[in-house]
Amino acid sequence: MSPHRTAVAPVLVFGWGNPSRGDDALGSMFVEQLLALLEAAPQGGVEVLTDYQLQVEHALDLAGRQRVLFVDASVDAAPPFEARVLQPAADAVVMTHALSPAALLHVFRQFHDREPPPCTLLAIRGSVFDLGAAPSDAALANLALALAWGQRWLAAPPGVVTE
Amino acid sequence: MGPDLETAAHTQGLRRVAIDPLSRVEGHGKVTILLDADDHVQQVRLHIVEFRGFEKFIEGRPYWEVPVMVQRLCGICPVSHHLAACKALDLVVGAAPVTPAADKIRRLMHYGQVMQSHALHFFHLASPDLLFGFDSDVNRRNIVGVAARYPDIAKKGVLLRKFGQEVIRATAGKRVHGTGSVPGGMNKHVSLADRAVLFAEVGQMLAWAQDAVDIAKQLHAQNPALYDSFGNVPANMLSLVRADGALELYDGVLRARDAAAGRIIVDGVSAQDYLGLIEEEVKPWSYMKFPYLRSLGPQTGWYRVGPLARVQNCDFIPSPLAEAQRREFIDWGRGQSIHAALACHWARMIELLHAMEVIAALLADPDIVAGELLASGSRRQVGIGVIEAPRGTLIHHYAVGDDDLVKSCNLIVATTHNNQVVNEAVRSVARRYLDGRAITEGLLNHIEVAIRAYDPCLSCATHALGQMPLDVALVDAQGGVIDRVERNTKDPP
Repeated sequence: MSPHRTAVAPVLVFGWGNPSRGDDALGSMFVEQLLALLEAAPQGGVEVLTDYQLQVEHALDLAGRQRVLFVDASVDAAPPFEARVLQPAADAVVMTHALSPAALLHVFRQFHDREPPPCTLLAIRGSVFDLGAAPSDAALANLALALAWGQRWLAAPPGVVTE
Repeated sequence: MGPDLETAAHTQGLRRVAIDPLSRVEGHGKVTILLDADDHVQQVRLHIVEFRGFEKFIEGRPYWEVPVMVQRLCGICPVSHHLAACKALDLVVGAAPVTPAADKIRRLMHYGQVMQSHALHFFHLASPDLLFGFDSDVNRRNIVGVAARYPDIAKKGVLLRKFGQEVIRATAGKRVHGTGSVPGGMNKHVSLADRAVLFAEVGQMLAWAQDAVDIAKQLHAQNPALYDSFGNVPANMLSLVRADGALELYDGVLRARDAAAGRIIVDGVSAQDYLGLIEEEVKPWSYMKFPYLRSLGPQTGWYRVGPLARVQNCDFIPSPLAEAQRREFIDWGRGQSIHAALACHWARMIELLHAMEVIAALLADPDIVAGELLASGSRRQVGIGVIEAPRGTLIHHYAVGDDDLVKSCNLIVATTHNNQVVNEAVRSVARRYLDGRAITEGLLNHIEVAIRAYDPCLSCATHALGQMPLDVALVDAQGGVIDRVERNTKDPP
């Protein structure tokens, strides 16, 4: 639908979070820093996207991808981060305000009547989520390690999730 | 069982059931139910945390930053906050009214926001309850018939939402963190390329919007006993209307009708005078305030906002397809106002259809691609912006100093307006379905269905992994947990 979208890059990196809430910004900061690295050392076939949160229309962003990396802050991932393969699963939700990555894959399956591309979740441990707070030092250290992992993930052949 | 269920006569010896959608920041809600030894409901309270902290966050900032910053209040309706802030700050910069081009582009943005929010709510939040049942087997059989007729409901929901997001991108400049609207007007037109792409989709989107109204209408027709009674809470109604009484979601005057007869209580109140119309009551058991109409007082002056109020508060809808649907909806009430929680969905779909009709008309308007974008005038110190957000009336009120910094800020969101009415809906459902029965997860889902009808906003623009949106605990009279159910949106391992 967008007139600006032409060819679909085979790899998508999607980070989300609220930049006004401390460590919740980790997902979008990951994307910003990865984009800077990609601009400094161009690597074809990679698209990066960011948003406040996941919503149903993001299922359309997964179409045509060979693999996808989701990146978000986490309150219970083991520090500095955890990475794991995602499987589609419906959420049990009370409000419209949130959608989990697994639920997004479920929407993809409903929409396209086929399985989504291989998706990996990178959950970066955060601890400070107060309104107006800056990202914590611990979270920024976790982000640096996660970014290094993300670069290795991009360079690895499809199917390799972590090391 | 007490008559109002807000406060039990005696709490000693009662069991406590908590429905606790948790998150680790300020946005969370919780339902607590106190039961006596015979499982009779004695007290029901919905607790929703207020987000007054955001007002302090705004204070001291330059006013021109505010329309972008307030989008971080809510990940689901950032455009409503963006535009309400701009409308308030238009007054501060002396740009009231804004130019015709700015007014129409903002309206396009706003109706795109309403359309996509309503589509998301109906197709992806409410439809599993409504289509696949939360009640009897007979109900399920009827509903399956509707689901069979609309097998691609999830796809339509995604594409309607996507279309609305594209309207927002074309007007706000970006998919998120939009900057299109500024104090005084807009900073860009809609491009001819964007308009052409959107225009090509309008016919399909209108057809799907019509389908959505038909689904909601059929659900009511198939089971009127349930749909007319579930969470039925007579309440006063408040919304903006156009000066001639038409449905108006972007700008207008405030009107309120009474709960019983739908009689107009107040009309034509300027948004700038909202403080003379409503007051907020504090209750010791809730962080969120309880607004009421000053003229009626706190006992009877509480009111409903949002689609169910708006569709009945207006005299007509100024677009033909939605107006025909509104007339059918009003006729369904047989001369009485409609207050049932599930009717929110029907009213919401009528508004979705209206929003698509408005979008279609605005996309054909030459003013969105050309013309003056900014206005200016004498500077003022105070600005109040009121808009009808998807969930109801949204008020932004700012005082700005000569140094351009925000001195004070007051935000009243739809969920605050609806605080009492959602509490009453939850009590109505508890009274009818839970009283005297052993509590099961299915019965507790009835409570959630009533809450979902209003889709309260929980200051939600933070969604890190690991939050636990639902924790149901059954606690005995001694405080011991005897059963517990958790629902967690954390992805399965």
